[in-house]
Amino acid sequence: MIGYVPPWFDGYTEWLVAIAVLVAMTCAIPGSFLLVRRESMMGDAISHAVLPGIAIGFLISGSRNREWMFLGAAISGIATAILAQSLRVIGRVERGAALGIVFTTLFALGLVLIVQSADHVDLDPSCVLYGQIELAPLDTITLAGYEIPRALPILGVVFLAVLLATLFLWKELLITSFDSELAQSQGIPPQVIHQILMVLVAVTCVAAFESVGSILVVALLVAPAASARLLTDRLVTLVPLSAFLGGLAAMIGTLAALTLPGHFQTEIEDVNIAGSIAIVCGLMVVLAAIGSPRRGLIVRYLNRIRLQLRIAVEDLIGALYRIEIEKRSPETPIKTQLLQMGALTSPGLRSNFWLGLAQWHAHRRGLLTPSEPPSLTPAGLQLGAQLVRTHRLWESYLADHTALPTNHLHDTAMDLEHFTAPALSKALEEIAPTDPIDPHGRAIPAPTQPPLPDSESTPPDR
Amino acid sequence: MTITHASQTTQFGSEHAADAALSIHDVTVAYHRRPVLWDLDLDIPRGVLASIIGPNGAGKSTMIKACLDLIPRISGNVRILGEPYRQIRGKVGYVPQRETVDWEFPVSALDVTCMGLYRKIGWFRSIRRPHREKAREALDRVGLADFAHRQISQLSGGQQQRVFLARALVQEADIYFMDEPFASVDVATEQAILELLRTMRQEGRTVVVVHHDLQTAQNYFDWVVLLNTRLVASGPMKETFTSENLRRTYGGRLTLLEEAGRALSQAQAGLPHEE
Repeated sequence: MIGYVPPWFDGYTEWLVAIAVLVAMTCAIPGSFLLVRRESMMGDAISHAVLPGIAIGFLISGSRNREWMFLGAAISGIATAILAQSLRVIGRVERGAALGIVFTTLFALGLVLIVQSADHVDLDPSCVLYGQIELAPLDTITLAGYEIPRALPILGVVFLAVLLATLFLWKELLITSFDSELAQSQGIPPQVIHQILMVLVAVTCVAAFESVGSILVVALLVAPAASARLLTDRLVTLVPLSAFLGGLAAMIGTLAALTLPGHFQTEIEDVNIAGSIAIVCGLMVVLAAIGSPRRGLIVRYLNRIRLQLRIAVEDLIGALYRIEIEKRSPETPIKTQLLQMGALTSPGLRSNFWLGLAQWHAHRRGLLTPSEPPSLTPAGLQLGAQLVRTHRLWESYLADHTALPTNHLHDTAMDLEHFTAPALSKALEEIAPTDPIDPHGRAIPAPTQPPLPDSESTPPDR
Repeated sequence: MTITHASQTTQFGSEHAADAALSIHDVTVAYHRRPVLWDLDLDIPRGVLASIIGPNGAGKSTMIKACLDLIPRISGNVRILGEPYRQIRGKVGYVPQRETVDWEFPVSALDVTCMGLYRKIGWFRSIRRPHREKAREALDRVGLADFAHRQISQLSGGQQQRVFLARALVQEADIYFMDEPFASVDVATEQAILELLRTMRQEGRTVVVVHHDLQTAQNYFDWVVLLNTRLVASGPMKETFTSENLRRTYGGRLTLLEEAGRALSQAQAGLPHEE
C-alpha cells in the first residue's frame, strides 16, 4: 500500500494536473523552436488561426470528431504561414503586420463560423477562448479496462508525435533555424522544415485548445521556452528544460487555482485554471530573468559589486603606495591620509563601508599587513608599483596623444588603470617614454619584475 | 517566359573549358524585375583562389547564390566541376556572410561546425562521436580548439568567421564559395583565413571568394572576376586587374575610382614585370 497519498488524489485533481502538465510539455517543445527562430509571434498567430479549421472540421463531421478537427487545424496552420508570407512578398507588408492581418482575419472567420453553428452543435465560444480544463477529467472513456479522461490519450499521442518529430528532425530543425542558406545549399529545404514546424504548432494548438483555449496556449508556447533560454545557452538543453518548466508551471498553476481560493475568506469562489497557469508562466519568466546564471539581475548586480570592490582595492593600494613613496606619517588614520593627498577620488572609497571592505579584502589577498594603521606587504608594494606605473604611463600617453588638458589627465588615467588587461599593458609598455617622468613631473616606477600574474583584472564584460 | 535552350548543352562543351571548376553560361538574375546580374558568362579554372570584385550592388553575392541555386535564375546554366549543382552538392562548400545568421542562437562553436557534416550524416540520423571529433579537428585548424564549447555570441567577430570556416573545412568540398570572409575581421584572423585558403589551394581545391578590399585583392588571389551587374572582365589576376578594367568596373563612382587607382598604383609599383 502507498503510505502517503497527497490530498489532491481524489479521482479528479490528479487527472486535471496530468492533463495540464501534458498540455504544457507538448506546447513547450515547438515553442522552443519558435523562440530561437524569433518567430514566437507565429505561435500566437497559428493558435488563433486554427479556429476556422477547427470550426470547418466540426461542421463537416457534425460532431466533435477529432480527426477532422486536427486535419482542419493543420491545414489552417500551414495556410497562415503561407498567406502571411505571400502578403509580405506581394503586398510588401512588414512581417509582423502581415501575420497580424492574416491571423485576426482567420480568427474572426472562425468565430463567425462557430457562432453560426452554435445552434446545431455543442461548441461554446467562450470555451474556445479560455478552454475548459475543469471539465476535461469528467469526460471519460474506458481504455483497457481503466476509466481515463478522453483528453489524455489524445494529448499523449500528440506529445509523442511532437517528441518523435523533434528527435528525428533535430539536425534539420537546428540547421534551418540557424542558417537557412547553408541548409538549402546542403539540400535540406528550409521551407519544408518550416512547414513541418508550423504543422507541429498547429496540431499542438488543437490538442491544447480544449484545455486552455486559443488565447492562453500562447503563454504555454512562449513562456517556458523564454525562461529556459535565460537559463541555458544550448538548444539541446533548452528544449527538455523548457518542457520541464512548462510542466512545472502547469502543475503549480492548477494546484494553486484549486487550493488558493479556500485560503482567502473572500468572494473569490472560482479561479480559472488556465488563467492561473498563464500567471504562473509569467512569474516563471520573471524569476528566470532575476536568477539567470549568465544574464540574470542577481548575477549582474554581483558582477558590478565585484568590479567595484576590485577597483576600490586597487585605488587603496595605489594610494598607499603613493603614501609610502612620499613618506607620510604612519600614525595618521588611513582615511585622513588618503583625504589629504586627494586620493579619495575612487567612488568606492568615499564611504567608510567601502573603505573597510576594500581594506579587509586587500588584507585577505595578502596585500596589506594586519597592523593598525595597515601598511603594504611586499606583494602589495609590487601591485602598487605596477598600478602607479600604469597610471603614469597612461598620463604620459594621454598627454602625448590626446588634447586633454593636464589637469584632466589624472581622472582619466585613474579610470583606465583598472581596465588595462595584459595585452594592452604590453602595448603601453612598448610606447613608454624613455625618461621615467610623467606629465606632472613625478617619477614613473620601474616595471615590476617579474610582472604580477594578472589574476583578477578585467574579466570580459559580458 | 519558358524558352527551352535545347542547343545549350552542346554549346557548353564547345565554348567553355570542359575541365573548369565553375562555368557560368548566360546567367541572368532579377529581384522584383530589376536585373542584378545580366547575361553573365565566364569560366573559373580548377585549383585557383578566385575573387569576385565589384562595387556595392554589383551582384557579387547574387552570383554565388545563383550558382548554388539559392535564388532563381531567369535564364542561363551553371556547371560546377562539370555537373549541375544538384548532382554534386556534396563536393561544394558554402560560407555565407556572417551577418546572415543570428549569433545569439543557443548553440556552441562545435555545434555550428558540426552543421557542415549534416549532409554526410544524412536525414533523420544523429550526430555521433566521430562527427564531433572531426569538427573538433577543424576548429583546431582554425585556432579555436579552446573555444569549442563557447556559445557563439561570446566569440569575437573574427572568431565567428573562423567558426564558419571550420564548418566549411569539415565539408571537405572540392570547390568553396565564400561570401565576404574577410569582412570586418581583425588582422590576425585575416592572416589565418588567408593561410587556410592557400592550404586549400595546395590541396587542389578551388575557392571563389567575394572580396571587397581592392588593396589586398592582388596579393591574396590569383584569379579575378570583375563584376558590375554585367561581367567586366574575368581572368588571371595579373592580366585582368588593370586600371582600365577597374575604371570600367567602378565607372562613375569617383571616390571608389580613386581608391581603385590608389590600389592599382600601389600594386603596379610592386610588380616587377610591368609593361
